[in-house]
Amino acid sequence: MSTMTFGRAINAGLRRAMENDPKVVLMGEDIGKLGGVFRITDGLQKDFGSHRVLDTPLAESGIMGTAVGLAYRGYRPVVEIQFDGFIYPAFDQIVCQVAKLHYRTQGHVKVPLTIRVPFGGGIGSPEHHSESPEAYFTHTSGLRVISVSNPQDAFVMIQQAIASDDPVLYFEPKRRYHVKGEVDESVDLNATSMNNARVVTEGSDVTLVTYGPLVPTARDAAIAASDDGVSVEVIDLRSLAPIDFATVEKSVRKTGRLVITHEAAQSGGLGAEIAASITERCFYHLEHAPVRVTGFDIPYPYSKLEFHHLPDLDRILDGVDRVLGRSNSLSSRSGLEG
Amino acid sequence: MPLNNEADATQNELVQLITPSGERRSNPVYDRWVSDVDGAALQALYEDMVVIRRIDAEATALQRQGELALWPPLLGQEAAQIGSGRALREDDFVFSSYRENGVAYCRGVDLTDLLRVWRGNASAGWDPYAINMAPPQVIIGAQTLHATGYAMGVLADGADSVAVTYFGDGATSQGDVNEAMVFAASYQAPVIFFCQNNQWAISEPVRLQAHVPIAHRAPGFGIPSVRVDGNDVLACLAVTREALDRARTGGGPTFIEAVTYRMGPHTTADDPTRYRDANELEDWAAKDPISRVAALLDAQGLLSAEVSDAVKATADDVAARLREGCISMPEPQALDVFKHVYSEPNSWLERQQDSYEQYLTYFDSAESVNTAPNPSREVSR
Repeated sequence: MSTMTFGRAINAGLRRAMENDPKVVLMGEDIGKLGGVFRITDGLQKDFGSHRVLDTPLAESGIMGTAVGLAYRGYRPVVEIQFDGFIYPAFDQIVCQVAKLHYRTQGHVKVPLTIRVPFGGGIGSPEHHSESPEAYFTHTSGLRVISVSNPQDAFVMIQQAIASDDPVLYFEPKRRYHVKGEVDESVDLNATSMNNARVVTEGSDVTLVTYGPLVPTARDAAIAASDDGVSVEVIDLRSLAPIDFATVEKSVRKTGRLVITHEAAQSGGLGAEIAASITERCFYHLEHAPVRVTGFDIPYPYSKLEFHHLPDLDRILDGVDRVLGRSNSLSSRSGLEG
Repeated sequence: MPLNNEADATQNELVQLITPSGERRSNPVYDRWVSDVDGAALQALYEDMVVIRRIDAEATALQRQGELALWPPLLGQEAAQIGSGRALREDDFVFSSYRENGVAYCRGVDLTDLLRVWRGNASAGWDPYAINMAPPQVIIGAQTLHATGYAMGVLADGADSVAVTYFGDGATSQGDVNEAMVFAASYQAPVIFFCQNNQWAISEPVRLQAHVPIAHRAPGFGIPSVRVDGNDVLACLAVTREALDRARTGGGPTFIEAVTYRMGPHTTADDPTRYRDANELEDWAAKDPISRVAALLDAQGLLSAEVSDAVKATADDVAARLREGCISMPEPQALDVFKHVYSEPNSWLERQQDSYEQYLTYFDSAESVNTAPNPSREVSR
């Protein structure tokens, strides 16, 4: 067990995966000598060579398409997209090739590709550096989408993503890169699955579902709510496609109330999918309609306004109040239920 | 830009070893690449072209008869595909578009496999590793990156295989094709960009895609290029062999522009009379890839009635087998729709498949027993 930052834990996981499998190659912009703009691949090119840690030309579709070719050849590429907002030039290759090749070829061609994406806001960046594009990918069959929330999961799940024979998008909450945590590097990789959600804190009144950067915020909200006599169960989804609905359903059957929070825009987002699926699964156990606390349906705003866009502790607690039918920001308005 | 003197010297003229009238023209640069092609080898290339044209005609007929949903004819492009396809080694790997049925034939594709996609029975007709050829790529130009990545893998493996990617003149406008050339040049990947400039991208003429000969673009990326008469099977064989040799010996990528013509429609759903001149078709018919080889063989006394009849019999036999394979293709099963989306279990999909199986079973049983319970009325509590 050792203490390390989130970013260091991903680095350690990448290193372990490269040691264990010579077919694992890293590709991306500035990931070699520089170690990536966030230093996640720091030292890996020096230790494994430029044939296994490739600095690529600045062309995201080119990176993704050549990674597909390497997969054809039996490699297990790990691609770094420098920032969430830079993934769109690669969208066609991801959606039309990475996601569909296994289906197209009736299982003959595997694409064991891992696409690492630093995502989310809160770091005061200009446009295109703070987005949450995960729903584009959870809507695409053939892809697995996961997000990590703590150093231990980051270390384990990057290795599980790389080991998976399916393509995996691995969303890293960039504003948590410097958060420190305990990491057990000797953990058995098969002991947990990246497909299973994790109950972060147990509770009995409200189920609060989230992932990635908002997991620590949700945990703080649960602590604050308990001071107020409300018991909140926080669930870290980990996998966004597929979602471990069994774990969420079990919790909601107990609490009867569901709040979902994510940074991504609301409409057509993951919150909608979770609300719909849980309503289908256990409608008669719900005491209130599920509530979503999310980013707005706006382009990611300039940095001085980003904390109006990002759900924070207070907005999450307001959502908890709404689902409990307690006094909340909307209840003062006549005719509007919370 | 002294990238490759041989290619530079011939850049502005089309490499041609057999004229449209069937005369063997000597070429100081490229003759050596086909010095082993004797009479029998030329007869074999001729047979390949006749057979693939027959396959193409039969498939077009099958579409007209309702047996195929669609077919993309290669009529007119036989020399480009057979000449390049026959240059390849078994361990080379092809990443093509949807029109390269002649190349697939050279790779040894099972005839029925050629039709699976177009009959609607599969999204890819064959196991790519069985013939070292990826399935037809529909997204224009996307496969050029796959070839480049594959070639990067070959390089990392220390092997001397070559990735060959086929695409059309229209594809050269795509970002992916240009990115592929950047990557191929940067990593000196053993990949051949084989562009069949067939003059038309559905209804758009090549002048809309490029204001200079397409081959002229490649040197700007640091990739040597050559323009070849795409209706000359021997010239296509020669330039491809040269490019393969360069790639195998560490010389990196080559761009080949095979200047040819799409004599038929874009696909069987297209009507080229709406956008192109009949005179143009006549001009290109005079440069037919098969008749020029026939004339050359005939002049050499290598196309007796016996040989000609044997080739025709082979083509007819292939066409008959193609038709039989098409018509006797087994129908896919309903639940195949869920197969191979993922290689590992997926809870979402398993749930949907389970529901759909129940749904199908419900209707099966409802047909025999009218009082079957309605599963939609069961509420989980």
